[in-house]
Amino acid sequence: MENYDLVIVGGGPAGLAAAISARKEGIQSILVLERDDRLGGILNQCIHNGFGLHTFNEELTGPEYAGRFITQLLDEKIEYRLNTMVMDISHDRVVTAMNSRDGMFQIQAKAVVLAMGCRERSRGALNIPGYRPAGIYTAGCAQRLVNMEGQMPGKKVVILGSGDIGLIMARRMTLEGAKVEVVAELMPYSGGLKRNIVQCLDDFGIPLKLSHTVVNIEGKKRVEAVTIAEVGPDRKPVPGTEERYECDTLLLSCGLLPENELSKACGVELSRVTNGPVVNDSLETSVPGVFACGNVLHVHDLVDFVSMEAKNAGHYAAAFIKNGEETGERIIDMVCDGKVRYTVPQMIRPDDMEETLTVRFRVANVYKNASIVVKAAGKELVRRKKQIMAPGEMEQVVLKKADLASADRVDIGIEEA
Amino acid sequence: MYDVIVIGAGAVGSATARELSRYSGKFLVLEAEEDVCSGTTKANSAIVHAGYDAVPGSKKALYNVRGSEMMEDLSKELDFAYKRIGSLVICRKDQDRSVLEKLLEQGKKNGVRDLRIIERDEIVSMEPNIDDDVVCALYAPTAAIVCPFGMCIAFAENAADNGVEFAFNSGVKQIKKADGHFVIETEKGVFEAKAVVNAAGVYSDVLHNQVSEKKLHITPRKGEYELFDRADGDFVHHTIFQLPSALGKGILVTPTVHGNLLLGPTAEDIENKEGTNTTADGLSQVEKMAALSVKNIPYRDVITSFAGLRAHEDGGDFIIGECEDCEGFFDAAGIESPGLSSAPAIGADLAQMVAEKLSLKKNESFNGTRKGILDPKKLSIEERNELIKKNPAYGQIICRCESVTAGEIIDAITRTLGAKSLDGIKRRTRAGMGRCQAGFCTPRQMDLLEKYAHLTPEEVTKSGGDSVLVFGKTK
Repeated sequence: MENYDLVIVGGGPAGLAAAISARKEGIQSILVLERDDRLGGILNQCIHNGFGLHTFNEELTGPEYAGRFITQLLDEKIEYRLNTMVMDISHDRVVTAMNSRDGMFQIQAKAVVLAMGCRERSRGALNIPGYRPAGIYTAGCAQRLVNMEGQMPGKKVVILGSGDIGLIMARRMTLEGAKVEVVAELMPYSGGLKRNIVQCLDDFGIPLKLSHTVVNIEGKKRVEAVTIAEVGPDRKPVPGTEERYECDTLLLSCGLLPENELSKACGVELSRVTNGPVVNDSLETSVPGVFACGNVLHVHDLVDFVSMEAKNAGHYAAAFIKNGEETGERIIDMVCDGKVRYTVPQMIRPDDMEETLTVRFRVANVYKNASIVVKAAGKELVRRKKQIMAPGEMEQVVLKKADLASADRVDIGIEEA
Repeated sequence: MYDVIVIGAGAVGSATARELSRYSGKFLVLEAEEDVCSGTTKANSAIVHAGYDAVPGSKKALYNVRGSEMMEDLSKELDFAYKRIGSLVICRKDQDRSVLEKLLEQGKKNGVRDLRIIERDEIVSMEPNIDDDVVCALYAPTAAIVCPFGMCIAFAENAADNGVEFAFNSGVKQIKKADGHFVIETEKGVFEAKAVVNAAGVYSDVLHNQVSEKKLHITPRKGEYELFDRADGDFVHHTIFQLPSALGKGILVTPTVHGNLLLGPTAEDIENKEGTNTTADGLSQVEKMAALSVKNIPYRDVITSFAGLRAHEDGGDFIIGECEDCEGFFDAAGIESPGLSSAPAIGADLAQMVAEKLSLKKNESFNGTRKGILDPKKLSIEERNELIKKNPAYGQIICRCESVTAGEIIDAITRTLGAKSLDGIKRRTRAGMGRCQAGFCTPRQMDLLEKYAHLTPEEVTKSGGDSVLVFGKTK
C-alpha cells in the first residue's frame, strides 16, 4: 500500500485547481489520478472560447484554460497518473485504482478530493420512444468525435435540449458543414447561457423551439427522421402538434449528472437535488477527510466557478491534513424555499467556518425583477434584486461568520415583486 | 453441398448448430444480420422459466422443462451467466386465487419441481418491495435468469470451434427443393444443402411457406421493456410475474444476471417484422402494470428501453421437427416464450432428428467446452496484476460504467465469431451497456474496432449495414 497525504480523483479543471491550491498551502505529498490520457478533462474538447473571463480576465479556449492550470501543476511538480481509473474509495480513504503500467494499486490517503465531474443524460434515461439506430449521440460525445477525433458524426441534425454543450455543438456542426434543423427544448426556457443562445443559434438562424420534445425516432440502422411535438404545462406532448424532420443525427443535451458512483461506494451522503455529495462550508462530505468540488458536487455553468470552488476544496483538504478531524462542531442547515432549488454547501459550521463563505445555488424557474433573500436568526442578511434569474445560470451570495453566530438555520429564497 | 444449413443464428439456430457439431458433416449457419444474437434473442426477458405456464402435453411444456434442466450444466460447460433465483406469480386481492392453484397443478403435470403457493408474510420476507395488495403467490424455486447474449454467443462460438461455418449479412431470399436437395438463394450467393433447419424467428413462416403447402402464419408480438441502473439490482430478488392472460405472462419485474432491474414486456400484435421501436404508450403501460407488482419503483434510474418481437404462430405452440410435406426441411418455428428457456432442448432434439435423417456419424473430435471472455472483475487483485503484467490492455478501462477493459474488448473482437460492431462488443462484454449508454466510450471503442477489426472510421457501425457512426473527416 502506498501513502499520500492527498489523493485527488480526477485531473479536470476541479482536480487541477484543488491540487495546486493544496500545494500552495504546503502539502507536499499529492497524487492526481486521471482516467483519460491527458490532464484537463472535458476542457480538452471544448475548443470554443469564452473560458476564463472571471479567472484571467480574458477569453480563452477550453484547452488554453486547462493549459494554464496544467502548467502550474507541472511547475509545482505535483505527481499525477494518467489512464488511471479509480475503482474504489473506502470509508477510511483507501483509494484503489488501476492502470496498464502499475496494475491495480492501493493508496492510503490522509484526505481525498472527489473531482470526477459529470456525465450526460442519455437517450435511455430520457425514455424517448422509437427505434434505436446509430446516429443518436449525447452532445458531448459528438463534441469529442468532432474536436478530438476529427470525425463528422452527422450531416443533418436535430438537437434535443438547449444545454450549453448542445448550443455549442449546434454552432460547431454548422461550421463543419452540417445542417442543424432545429433545437427542441422541453422546458419553456433554455437550460443554457443566454450568450450561447445568441452566439450559437440566433447568429446562425437555427430555430429554438421551447416547450417541445422528441416523440419518435425513425430508422432501423441509422437515424432517418425525428418527430418533435409541443408539450403542455404538464410537459406531455400535445397531440396534433407533431413535426417530422428528416435527418441522420439526433444530439442530446438534456442535462448533466454528477458521477458519484465512487462517492456512493465510499458511503458519502448524496443530495437528491444536485445528485452530488452533501457538503459543509469546508466542502467536506459526510465522510470525514473526503472533500468534493466541481461538477461532481453540482453542475456548474462556468468553469471559472469550478476553479474557485476547487481552490477552496484544496485549501480545506490541506487544513484537514494539517489539523486532523475537527470535533464538537455545531452544524446548521441551509434551507431553500423551493424557488431556490439547492445550495452548495448545504450545511454550515457557524463556529468553525471562515470569516466569509460563498454559497452557490440555482433557481427553479425564470424569475424577473425578483430578489434573493437570505435570513438567519430573525435577521435579513442579504436582499439583492436581480433583473433576471434562470435555472441555466448559477447564482451566489456571500455570508459572514459574524452574522451566523446565533443562527440555528439559514433560510434562502426568492421574493417576487 | 452442405449436409445441413441452419437459417438463423439466434438462440435456437445457434443451439442447433452446436448440437449438430457433435456429428461429422459439413454445416453452415446463414444469418441475415451482421452478428449472432441479433433478433428476438437479443431483446427478451432473459428468463429461464420453470415450466408451469405451458399446457401439459404441448411442445412448449416439453421443451421448457427439459431446457430449464439442461441450462445450469450448459452455463458451466460454455461459460455464460446463469443464476437460479426462483420466480413468483403473484395474485392480488381482487384476483382469483384458483388460477394460481391451476398453475400449480399444471406445473406438477409438466414435471416442474418444488412448486408451492406461499402467503403474503413469506412473500414480503422474500420481496420487501412487493405491492401492498399482493396476497399470495406461486413460488417456483427452479426458475432462473440467464444472459441471452452470453448463451447464444457461447453456442455459436462453440459450434464454430467445432467446425460449423457461419455466414453473416446473408439473409435468405428463396429456398427451393430440387433433385432431392435444397437450393438457398441469399443476399451473399447461392448455397446448397441436403437438409435445412429453419430457425428464422419472425421470418420462419416465410421460409417454411416457400417449401410447404401446410402454411404457417407468424405474428410478431411486440414486447417493450425498461432497463434500470445496476444500482437497483437488489430492488427485487426473484422474477415476479403477474397472473397470466391470453396474451402472455404479463409484465414481469426481475433482476438480470448482471444486476440490473428489468421491467416488461408489453404484448402487442403488429404487422412489421422489423418493428422493434418502443412507443410512448407501450412504455407507460410497462410502468403502470409493473406498479401492480411492486411499489416505489425507482424510475429516475431507467438507463434504456427497448422492444423485442416474439414469433407467435397462430396455433399457439412451438412447431418443431421435419416438415410434413417437405422431406429434409426441419422447422423451429413459432418460438415465442418460453423459447429462450427451451432453446437448448430444441437444439438438441433438432440436431438429433437431422443427424438420424442424414445418418451422420459422431464427430470424434467434438469439444463441448468453451471459455468465455475473461472477466477481470472476478479475479483477486494479485491475479489481476499478474494478468495486467502479461497483457497491459487489461489495465486500461474503456467502459467506465461497467468497468470493461481494453483487454476484454480486444478479446471480443479477435475471438471466434468476433464482434464487428459496437453492439457486438456490447453483447459480449457489456461495454456501453451501463448508465451512460456509451456516451463516453463510443470513440474509444471505435478506435479498438479500427485497430483490431481492421476497419476505417467510416466502416465502424453500431450494428452492421448502414448503421455507420461517422461520415468522414471534419473540414
